[in-house]
Amino acid sequence: MQKINRDVLIDRAISLLNSGQVSSVLGWRQGEFFYDVTPAVFTDENDIRENFVWNDFCGANFSKYLVSKTKASDGKILVFLKPCDTYSFNQLLTEHRFDREKVYVIGIPCEGMVDTGKLKAQVGDGLVSAQSTEEGLLVTTLYSDEPVNVDIKSVLAERCINCKSKKHVAYDELLGDEGQIEDSDRFDEVARIEAMSPDERFAFWQGELSRCIRCNACRDVCPACTCEKCVFDNPVSGVENKAPVNSFEEKMFHIIRAFHVAGRCTDCGECSRVCPQNIPLHLLNRKFIKDINGFYGEYQAGECVGSRAPLVDYNLEDLEASDVFEGRDTQ
Amino acid sequence: MQVNKYRPLIVAFCCNWCSYAGADLAGNNRLNYPADVKIIRVPCSCRVNPSFVLRAFQRGADGVIICGCHPGDCHYTSGNYYTRRRMALLFSMLDYLGIERERTRLEWVSAAEGAKFAATMNDFAEQVAALGENKRLEDLRCKR
Repeated sequence: MQKINRDVLIDRAISLLNSGQVSSVLGWRQGEFFYDVTPAVFTDENDIRENFVWNDFCGANFSKYLVSKTKASDGKILVFLKPCDTYSFNQLLTEHRFDREKVYVIGIPCEGMVDTGKLKAQVGDGLVSAQSTEEGLLVTTLYSDEPVNVDIKSVLAERCINCKSKKHVAYDELLGDEGQIEDSDRFDEVARIEAMSPDERFAFWQGELSRCIRCNACRDVCPACTCEKCVFDNPVSGVENKAPVNSFEEKMFHIIRAFHVAGRCTDCGECSRVCPQNIPLHLLNRKFIKDINGFYGEYQAGECVGSRAPLVDYNLEDLEASDVFEGRDTQ
Repeated sequence: MQVNKYRPLIVAFCCNWCSYAGADLAGNNRLNYPADVKIIRVPCSCRVNPSFVLRAFQRGADGVIICGCHPGDCHYTSGNYYTRRRMALLFSMLDYLGIERERTRLEWVSAAEGAKFAATMNDFAEQVAALGENKRLEDLRCKR
């Protein structure tokens, strides 16, 4: 259950809209089902009252939308950002992707978002509604007479279980209390894969990546992927938008995708959230983050505006590429 | 006569200002290095995009080696420092995906080090030959 009520958000949005401080509101709107909450732009008070959604299913990170929305709009845009979203927000500002003056940020606390896949796995298909309670969700489905009580911890998205920070690093106004940077176990899974033998690792990734259908959702949603012309849209690149025809293309796409955001990835976890095939793409990004932290010192992308990303920086005493595997003898 | 003895195909990205001249020097000094090494001249080791390495594997390379100027000697002041970070991360990522780590290498070879160039290539070719054909990053459409 989220700490801040939907009504508080709506009141703030409407008062800012009516006072003319902002001309539009970037928020969540219900999709076809209650759980597919989609990002939406609101400009009308009644629309907000009726359709604005804030619940345990509002996973979308709005930072990337600001790139196109600030260009399209003359007025200010009100945006609601969860703590992890503010890191992406800062990273985009660092890269001068939008005008800070055109955005009004309200930071909202987040208690973690639900992974619909996990919820379906637990209570089955045919989800009709979910009522947030103190401990979890009261879920009704088409196929059960009684609502099912679900423990929120068992259905939280992976990125939320290993939440890296509940602290907002950017905002104009904060609803609720200031959070803390958390100690998370987010690199445990990466370490587990690293400890496998090369054959096991290869089999693991072959199994995961072979499910890829190249829908490009991971690229489209990624707040770090904001190039106007993308290498994957280039028809002569050999990896343009089409289903991978063999295992090489899968690996090529995913290595290059992860490499392009290496050092700039804030680990918001959107790539894994949107993947229709449930490929754990965050494990590729986290591998880069873990390596960067280990090789070049702790670095959290988006923590402050203007910081230099590790791959556009160097140090005379950096470790040599041949020393990368020192101390790792899983061969 | 040995027929169809396995020979690895090795792609070497060599910096125009150092390793490429180093290869020249190795030739002038009549130092042997395997003919399996195909040299691609690049203006700086920093020119080597990580996707070039993957692309080389796709087109049938069994090993990829990148040669640049020693740290501090870059013709463009700092190119090789960026290469060093990039390739460290790329090699680590390839290893993470289960690709044999012996197939990739980054080496600093100056224009004066003809002997080092030949020794490096001999050593790398031997190392790759011991692994055999590149099966994990191959693209069947590009098979010769």
